[in-house]
Amino acid sequence: MTEIIVVTSGKGGVGKTTTSASMACGLARRGKRVAVIDFDIGLRNLDLIMGCERRVVYDFVNVINGDCTLKQALIKDKRIETLYVLAASQTRDKDALTEEGVRKVLDQLIADGFDYILCDSPAGIEKGAHLAMYFADRAVVVVNPEVSSVRDSDRILGLLSSKTQRSSNGNGGVKEHLLLTRYNPRRVANGEMMSVGDIKEILGLDVIGVVPESPDVLAASNAGVPVILNDDSTAAEAYSDAVARLLGEELPLRFLEEPKRGFFARMFGG
Amino acid sequence: MGLLAMFRSKPATANIAKERLRIIVAQERGGRGGPDYLPLLRRELLQVIHKYVNVDPEAVQINLEREAGHEVLEFSIALPEKPGA
Repeated sequence: MTEIIVVTSGKGGVGKTTTSASMACGLARRGKRVAVIDFDIGLRNLDLIMGCERRVVYDFVNVINGDCTLKQALIKDKRIETLYVLAASQTRDKDALTEEGVRKVLDQLIADGFDYILCDSPAGIEKGAHLAMYFADRAVVVVNPEVSSVRDSDRILGLLSSKTQRSSNGNGGVKEHLLLTRYNPRRVANGEMMSVGDIKEILGLDVIGVVPESPDVLAASNAGVPVILNDDSTAAEAYSDAVARLLGEELPLRFLEEPKRGFFARMFGG
Repeated sequence: MGLLAMFRSKPATANIAKERLRIIVAQERGGRGGPDYLPLLRRELLQVIHKYVNVDPEAVQINLEREAGHEVLEFSIALPEKPGA
């Protein structure tokens, strides 16, 4: 059984690609066969975050157009055996992605026996975002604790419940999860930032993860190594927890409070 | 909250954010799922009513209710107490 998961948000820059890369790695690390697809046609970036940008020969649109086989376009990850990346095309042709084309590629991945297909959605609500969510069984909605991100994600929730295959064929709809990123427990405690409870209440979604704001995320994208693979990072632990919850494990949320800093750290700014 | 933070008086804006979002999200959810022409219909209807009565734009409410097999489009227009006033 293949599960198709869209990572989406509406707003740009909230951490969709970071999340797609880390969750794909996390699932693959647990032995699942995972394909992660960049739907941001014209603005390819997942390859950079995954660190495979120099190995892109064929892309998503090439497969749709029949320029190559799917096997030729799938980039096998060098760190995790069961992980594959399908890069977005850099074409400026807005109509490069079609519903039929996307369906064909997804069907082939399902036939190949992948356990999970992660669709990294572009920002916005245009065609790329629409097609990224259209075939999804589940959605991970990435939200920053900030007004415009929350509002845009609610708009995306509306589309998930009306403009997807599952919403129209009465298959029980797309299962939606909330993933908060750039969470700053100190600012929440000071009343400067909405809390996970506030956002959960506004959107009415179950929370699959809260990723604390962390300098490790930029370091990870600089290096092309998804942050989940950084063993000393709280962001990595938070993503690992989110992956476990996606697989059905029940774990309490962590990193909702500021870590207690020792005397020396406070004195010398550790 | 640390001792220093108490002296730095930053306003707690998170509550403002939450309240604003609660209102706008409820409003936007209300208009969702209806036909795309609803906002335009609302505007034109308001223009027609305006020819006769001076109503507040907020006074025109459109509700779309789905019942088994059919949809009911409901308009409610609150007229001012003295028509034409």
